[in-house]
Amino acid sequence: MYQPIHELTDAYRRADLTPTAVAEAYLARIDALDGRLGAYLTVVRDEALAAARESELRWRAGAPLGPLDGAPVALKDVLCTRGVRTTCGSKMLESFVPPYDATVVERLRAAGAVILGKTNMDEFAMGSSTEHSAFHPTRNPWDLARVPGGSSGGSAAAVAGGLAAGGFGSDTGGSIRQPAAFCGVVGMKPTYGRVSRYGLVALASSLDQVGPFARDVRDAALLLGAVAGHDRRDATCIQAPVPDYGAELSKGVAGLTLGLPDEYFIDGMDPDVERAMESRTRAAGFGAEVKRRIMLGTYALSAGYYDAYYGKAQSVRTLVRREFAAAFARVDLIVAPTTPNVAFKHGEKEDPLSMYLNDVFTIPGNLAGIPGISVPCGFSVTGLPIGLQVLGRPLDEPRLLRAAYAYEQATPWRSRRPELT
Amino acid sequence: MAVTPPGADVNPDRYEVVIGLEVHAQLRTRSKMFCGCPTRFGAPPNSQTCPVCQGMPGVLPVVNRRAVEFGIRTALAFHCRVNAACRFARKHYYYPDMPKNYQISQYEEPLAEDGFLEVDVDGSSRAIGIQRLHLEEDVGKLLHEGTIETAKASLVDFNRSGVPLMETVSRPELRSPEEAAAYLRAFRAIVVYLDVCDGNMEEGSLRCDANVSLRPRGAAELGTKVEIKNLNSFRNVERALKFEVARQTAALAVDERIVQETRLWDADREVTRSMRSKEYAHDYRYFPEPDLVPLQIDRRWVEEIRAELPELPRARRQRFVSRYGLSLSTSDILTHHGPLADYFEAAVTEFPDAKAVSNWILSEFLRVLAGGDERVLSMKVPPRNLAGLLRLIADGTISGKIAKDVFSTMVDTGEDAPTIVRREGLTQVADEAVLDGIIDAVMAANPKAIEDFKRGKTAAKKALVGQVMKATGGKANPALVDRLLEDKLSKIQT
Ligand SMILES: [Zn+2]
Repeated sequence: MYQPIHELTDAYRRADLTPTAVAEAYLARIDALDGRLGAYLTVVRDEALAAARESELRWRAGAPLGPLDGAPVALKDVLCTRGVRTTCGSKMLESFVPPYDATVVERLRAAGAVILGKTNMDEFAMGSSTEHSAFHPTRNPWDLARVPGGSSGGSAAAVAGGLAAGGFGSDTGGSIRQPAAFCGVVGMKPTYGRVSRYGLVALASSLDQVGPFARDVRDAALLLGAVAGHDRRDATCIQAPVPDYGAELSKGVAGLTLGLPDEYFIDGMDPDVERAMESRTRAAGFGAEVKRRIMLGTYALSAGYYDAYYGKAQSVRTLVRREFAAAFARVDLIVAPTTPNVAFKHGEKEDPLSMYLNDVFTIPGNLAGIPGISVPCGFSVTGLPIGLQVLGRPLDEPRLLRAAYAYEQATPWRSRRPELT
Repeated sequence: MAVTPPGADVNPDRYEVVIGLEVHAQLRTRSKMFCGCPTRFGAPPNSQTCPVCQGMPGVLPVVNRRAVEFGIRTALAFHCRVNAACRFARKHYYYPDMPKNYQISQYEEPLAEDGFLEVDVDGSSRAIGIQRLHLEEDVGKLLHEGTIETAKASLVDFNRSGVPLMETVSRPELRSPEEAAAYLRAFRAIVVYLDVCDGNMEEGSLRCDANVSLRPRGAAELGTKVEIKNLNSFRNVERALKFEVARQTAALAVDERIVQETRLWDADREVTRSMRSKEYAHDYRYFPEPDLVPLQIDRRWVEEIRAELPELPRARRQRFVSRYGLSLSTSDILTHHGPLADYFEAAVTEFPDAKAVSNWILSEFLRVLAGGDERVLSMKVPPRNLAGLLRLIADGTISGKIAKDVFSTMVDTGEDAPTIVRREGLTQVADEAVLDGIIDAVMAANPKAIEDFKRGKTAAKKALVGQVMKATGGKANPALVDRLLEDKLSKIQT
């Protein structure tokens, strides 16, 4: 259950394994373990098996759709799936069944991926621990008392726990990289605009980006390659050709300059914003965490406050962009810790500010719109995974992946697995 | 605030009326502003929708290039400056006809600014400033079971949701309800000429809100303005504004303060009434639409659009006066609608008597048209066929009276005039021998008329001419009948 996708498809090619058998095994493992892990909100058993059977026919005919054909994947429940409810971790959308597929989902289906289900998340992606799902919290496969990170904690936990071979999440301020670090898997936030946001329920339109969770860097490259590229339904999507990310990996890191920033910090939120007015009509369907950020929006955008908040945020963003641009004039890639700490215990971070501070190492990448990847880089004394983050220039995913791959191949971390039985 | 009935004893000349209009025009694009759904009016409810215009979670807008082109075309006709870059913005408010809870509009950086529209009132012309022109999306339509107050349920039709709207805001430079109505008429004529809007106010393709205030004559500062909504016809615009001016005049006369508010025109009761202020106390919380990138408007594109602008109504009217020698009022009617003016010009190239052509268009053509679409009628009777009919009158083949019947048949069958005249034998009877016999018979059958004529009643001759025309089914050449009858009657007298 811990084989990466590229090994699974190699086995399909050799007919050592079949997509159906693999899908069945994953579904069985979900049945056995997800009661404790809480990674999934919806499992689509029948659809998954049907997709696996079709994949199997293609492999048997020697005509697979590509390197993801028959790969069992999990999707964060913020990506719209035609005919399958998409809750965003909220009671408000508990029965929302989209009549359409997000572009990412459409492309995954076209690549032959087998979608196992929809994974848990902090309500409307607001949170960094997946404790703030309206349904149930998700647990970290390395220590069930701890959070998997968030908001894409469900997908991270599923991949880390062997409940999916790969997954997708969305990253607004670190929501892929931080849970990837906490769960000891690879997580990648591509350049803003590299992957279509059509069908991704927005948290912050100008920061959100869809990206993969993977067992290893090669899988991350394959998963990204399948969904990246222009989409005419998303006006912010970049019209650049998509490189063959998998082929890039072996190019190595010779000649690349890596930068290690001394300081990697932005100021926390102003406590004043908490005095924001209550929006009674909309409060009923939201959990507490969501409310906090929505109130910020309502207050910050009110006439008279627009310049003070939205305007200020825009200028902060410009400064962050400039700093990255200056840094990338001197180095090719920036390497930093993904998070300031390892996975914390459920209920440990009640103070929202310290929860938000969890994102401080990842948020700048979103503000600047640049790509970032988190790869496992060791374990704490308590045995919890630690993530290393690599940031690069816009659209420089190839070099980012090359560096991450080189690091991964040179270190033993990916061979360690959580004891989840 | 107590409403003082209008018409109180005040001097209306003490105050100057200040009116500004906001006109929303639905653009005639085939697809919607931010999705590919069709925009046809009158389709079954919710049949022209998709996740985007239903505001489903996760969807993204994509700008309709054609709508931008239409906006630029109109902006150029209004002499506006088309901005090199413009931006869309979210305008937030909660109403069930708008599922996203925000409308994508434009705020700080509109498509175009600073233009003017020339308006004719009482023979003089004024340029009314246009402050801005921007693009946005229409909202859905609520259908209440019964009235909005008593309805048990309301239904939402999202067919209209996302239809491109162009909002044009005038400066507060209109000085009377009549002038406001004239502005709206001129506005409509132009957008219809430009083929960017069908101008149909009944179907809501053109909608108008007005800001009205009064100020002491000569004052520089503007008075407190009142916004009036729901002005959905030219008649309503003028009546609502008249009412509102009278209401404010009366209020000011007794030193009552005008409250800044939104009022709704109640066309049935012919009053404006205050909307609950809470309902419209909006803080729209505008912010730049993050799902769309700012629009860069290519200069060359603007110039291409400018080069393709059609001749506009006022210029065409002037040309009709100078080239065809028509009166200003005739030219005005002919040029008010582009297709009608096109029809006239096409007919005149075939039959160069412009006066005869315009007379026919203003009488028969418009009568048969009865408010319908010129394009439909001109398919049945193409300009060439109208010219053919006029030629038959000119060469005496048929009378003007018969020509009207022939025209009706042309409208029904789509045939040309000579075909109808030949088939139905409508050629004027100009054969003296034939007419001689008929006249004799008519005279024999009407001895009383003959007696009357003898006693000096000249009107009796007219009656006899009428009888002859009737006997020939109107085909007799009236001039010939008159001469022959004159001959015969003079013989009797002697
Ligand atoms: Zn649509």
